[in-house]
Amino acid sequence: MFGLNKKDTGILLVVAFLALAAPFILNPFPEGSAMAQFNAGYPDLMQRLVIFGIFAIGFNILFGLTGYLSFGHAAFLGVGSYAAIWMMKLLTMNVVPAIIVSVLFAGLFSLLVGWISLRRSGIYFSILTLAFAQMSYALAYSVLTPITGGETGLQPKYDDPRILDGTLEAGQSPRANLFGLEMNDGFELAMGNWVFTFNAGYYIAAVVMLIAFYLSIRIFRSPFGMMLRAVKSNQQRMNYTGLNTKPYTLAAFVISGMYAGLAGGLLVAMDTQVGAERMFWTASGEVVLMTILGGAGTLIGPVLGAGFIKYMENIVSKINKSVLEQWFAFMPDGIEDVMIALVYPFVGKGWHLTLGLLFMLVVIFLPGGLVEGGQRIAKMFRGKKASDDTTDASKTPAE
Amino acid sequence: MDAIILQILNGLDKGSAYALIALGLTLIFGTLGVVNFAHGALFMIGAFCAVTFSKMLSFSHTIIDETQKDFLGNPLKVDVPYIHDLFGQATGNAIIDWAVPLSILFTIPVMIGIGFVMERGLIKHFYKRPHADQILVTFGLAIVLQEVIKYFYGANPIPTPAPAVFAGSFDFGAMLGFDANSIIYPYWRLVYFAFSALIIGAVFAFLQFTTFGMVVRAGMADRETVGLLGINIDKRFTIMFGIAAAVAGLAGVMYAPINSPNYHMGMDFLVLSFVVVVVGGMGSLPGAVLAGFLLGILESFASMAAVLEIIPGINQIIIYLVAIIILLTRPRGLMGRKGVMEE
Amino acid sequence: MSFSNPTRRGLIKTGAVASAGLALPTYLRADGHAGFTNAPQGSTVTLGFNVPQSGPYADEGADELRAYELAVEHLNGGGDGGLMNTFSSDALKGNGILGKKVEYVTGDTQTKSDAARASAKSMIEKDGAVMVTGGSSSGVAVAVQALCQEAGVIFMAGLTHSNDTTGKDKRANGFRHFFNSYMSGAALAPVLAANYGTDRKAYHLTADYNWGYTTEEAVRSSTEAMGWETVAAVKTPLTQTDFSAYIAPVLQSGADVLVLNHYGGNMVNSLTNAVQFGLRDKLVNDKNFEIVVPLYSRLMAKGAGANVKGIFGSTNWHWSLQDEGSKAFVKSFGTKYGFPPSQAAHTCYVQALLYADAVERAGSFNPCAVVEALEDFEFDGMGNGKTLYRGADHQCFKDVLVVKGKENPTSEFDLLEIVEVTPVEQVTYDPDHPQMAGGSLGSCNPGA
Repeated sequence: MFGLNKKDTGILLVVAFLALAAPFILNPFPEGSAMAQFNAGYPDLMQRLVIFGIFAIGFNILFGLTGYLSFGHAAFLGVGSYAAIWMMKLLTMNVVPAIIVSVLFAGLFSLLVGWISLRRSGIYFSILTLAFAQMSYALAYSVLTPITGGETGLQPKYDDPRILDGTLEAGQSPRANLFGLEMNDGFELAMGNWVFTFNAGYYIAAVVMLIAFYLSIRIFRSPFGMMLRAVKSNQQRMNYTGLNTKPYTLAAFVISGMYAGLAGGLLVAMDTQVGAERMFWTASGEVVLMTILGGAGTLIGPVLGAGFIKYMENIVSKINKSVLEQWFAFMPDGIEDVMIALVYPFVGKGWHLTLGLLFMLVVIFLPGGLVEGGQRIAKMFRGKKASDDTTDASKTPAE
Repeated sequence: MDAIILQILNGLDKGSAYALIALGLTLIFGTLGVVNFAHGALFMIGAFCAVTFSKMLSFSHTIIDETQKDFLGNPLKVDVPYIHDLFGQATGNAIIDWAVPLSILFTIPVMIGIGFVMERGLIKHFYKRPHADQILVTFGLAIVLQEVIKYFYGANPIPTPAPAVFAGSFDFGAMLGFDANSIIYPYWRLVYFAFSALIIGAVFAFLQFTTFGMVVRAGMADRETVGLLGINIDKRFTIMFGIAAAVAGLAGVMYAPINSPNYHMGMDFLVLSFVVVVVGGMGSLPGAVLAGFLLGILESFASMAAVLEIIPGINQIIIYLVAIIILLTRPRGLMGRKGVMEE
Repeated sequence: MSFSNPTRRGLIKTGAVASAGLALPTYLRADGHAGFTNAPQGSTVTLGFNVPQSGPYADEGADELRAYELAVEHLNGGGDGGLMNTFSSDALKGNGILGKKVEYVTGDTQTKSDAARASAKSMIEKDGAVMVTGGSSSGVAVAVQALCQEAGVIFMAGLTHSNDTTGKDKRANGFRHFFNSYMSGAALAPVLAANYGTDRKAYHLTADYNWGYTTEEAVRSSTEAMGWETVAAVKTPLTQTDFSAYIAPVLQSGADVLVLNHYGGNMVNSLTNAVQFGLRDKLVNDKNFEIVVPLYSRLMAKGAGANVKGIFGSTNWHWSLQDEGSKAFVKSFGTKYGFPPSQAAHTCYVQALLYADAVERAGSFNPCAVVEALEDFEFDGMGNGKTLYRGADHQCFKDVLVVKGKENPTSEFDLLEIVEVTPVEQVTYDPDHPQMAGGSLGSCNPGA
């Protein structure tokens, strides 16, 4: 299907199913129950999950295929975001031009950065990209304040020109929309104690993510992808065969920069504001973590890694002491206090600690990331089944 | 002229912190081939050794002073350090005053211990893993260490003053024949500069003139051959990791009076120190030191008001700009050996 | 059909009974319900406390959270009632808000505008918060304020000092109790002139971002009006930790006052560095060299230790104030937590109470009704004397404290002493003052 082989079609369908059914999958617990804290099926988080999924998919095209570890990808996300918000301020609140322009600008900027940075490889390449990103962040936060809004960032305002849109009615605030369909339109579906939220913005982002994912599969399977993998395994040999690898790596760099710009544009489309922090080096580090955590070089890994980190950030950080008290209320007093004392350092304001520990555990025990974890579990089950089969088989003749 | 001398002085001081951190990083990279993202955290722990030590010195019991009131109108509780009971108030205060220099003695064993545990417990298993994995696992470790410190000490910086003798600043201007006050520099920063020069010298001498150092250098050049000669290089590398951790820790201890330690000070230095290492040349110890001082001086010049007027914002980006230029013109860094991490 | 979940909790609870657990799909529509976002259903109302829990301002955030927990306790009738006893409005009865028990959710802003918005969005979208409050920086305040305007909930700003929050970035749904850069400058200048004379040369070090710019501008213009001269103003990067390169040239410039437009870690480090350089022991132009820190907080003073002694600055509130409101607040906070509250805790506590009171007076949680109740609301007894919530820009106007680092602190909290309480008239400005120019409130947005 779509020019993919059977296995890839399977993966694409699984991702499509996950994305489209996310409002159900992410809300497994009934409202009002103690576990509702872990529900992630609200529009903002769902949007972020798929948008950072796109970011990580794009990063994986560079890192997973060519092995070039960029530490500055957040800069492209930031440039995309700034481009998008300016389109919304100047042209129209419709998200289409904003997203197109964000991809374009991020592409141009990554062309410049890539053209320079790709003259080096290995850790030197990483430091070069890091240097560009840190410069972008530092300038956006300070000297470029007239363009970027600096510390307070940019938001669309009532009195922006927006030449394509008519003037807003008094009291209306500008809202991002797709030909009139507002990003925060949606409805809720209640089934028994469960409430599922369906949100227009999320589905738009999810469809974009599916297209991005499909494209990345095509890139992985194309001769171009083969070439990139060859670069990863032995660039020197490639050079000796008389082949100039730079156009290929540069193309991969620009493509992944455009993915980052797309993610930046979508972020603005869903939540109309930009702050310079999104270009800080830790943001670049985050996408590296997402990709490696999920499984670099695998198709689905980066999406899983992105989901995992964003979920941690948004859900675990919101568990406070009174929530813990609710959870453990059924226990006798003494034990309750002990349980709270044990769990409390790892949730709420301690969510960074949990994140750090999980990174370490995953890297130590699952070098291939979550995907490897999944494969191991699958193998375990299959192995069991297989052995069951053999015992069955050995039994059958006896009967 | 005096402005320039002042900024050179400044750069040397700033550079000595960069150089010390970069030196430790390079030791670890050069000997073990490990990219250690937790190195900044070791620096931070060093600074907190000073905090802990001065807290231990002022460990106290409470007495209730009926003559004074606290903010709620209850009798004031006054903390009396045990050290006052032991040595009397004057000597006790003098010892507390000297907490930072004294804590060096406390820091060295603690940091070497942490280094050993880290190497044996974690880093050892990552020698054969790709650099990306090393970065990730040490980055995770850095976050964990940081959060642990935050849990015990809070997020607010903790003032850790230098001994009162070193308060104030030295007037070079008067000495060199400029106007008074035109070139002044704080005593403690001069101490820091001398201290780091000493540490750097000691590390180099250790590697250059001892048998142990010779073997380690040989191991850095060709680990396999040294192993084949029947030398237990692993054990020595563990010791080197301990030493690198101690260097980072010492850099941190003495830095505590310059900037009040907080739990994220390591991360603030991390990116910068990597830039320093790469500019100096991966695996080159003299390169790391040279680049540390060079970037420190450049950064100082870039923050001069006169320079900022011509190029606004240059102080924000100078280090990265220089790093880009050097990496493009001298791929191996200033003093990197050919063939090390070129790919 | 626009999205909102006004009825979420309530409808679930009633709906669950009605459908008796049958998995019959029910469409929840926004239209036809209370007419504003997250209208509280049932017997509870949820507030969102969005404070920094990680990052450099985590301790300040922790203090804000303590204050909010205390406020919730008092609103629900627990504790000693705190400021509710001294507040000039007596609409609050200690039975929750409009009879609904107050519940809250917390989130981590990380002092990053993206993270703060994500956290606030989850409070609004997932937890049904009808009001969001808190924060410890202007970047976050402006970002979350804009979000609340779009979503149709009320935003009660926490600690944010930049002029922009109620200046060029003001929004109808957002309110600020904390003071701002302009007020700091206006309050400080006369005290500085009285103490240091009118013939001074100032050297500014300014954090290179919006708050720094507005603070520098405010302090500069009000000190220059007093006769001071500004010899230089140098911008320092936010990420700077060692300020030696910026402080070393100060003496050469011929300046005799150093103004540090820094906050948080920046201020702790730059002040520590400046004192290290021995600036305060120097005589320049036959005058003692002085250092000024426009915005003080107790946590910063604690971080800078002995270096703050004798240094002037301004603050929104301090626990050593002796009016009834302040005493009541210090007493309930101190009894519960064992140490006096910071100014961040105070402003957050007051904001929570002011919101609750406005809802009671308006008789509705509808943001537009709340806005109407808060606009031009005059009150007293909250620790800052007579205060006006000005309708034109949603900024509180009240006395400003000029403080000085204490020479002989008696405890680790006793770091600042009040030098002068600058009367509100002196710090009041026109809504269209040039430093506040641009931006408009727009009109309130009740959401769906």
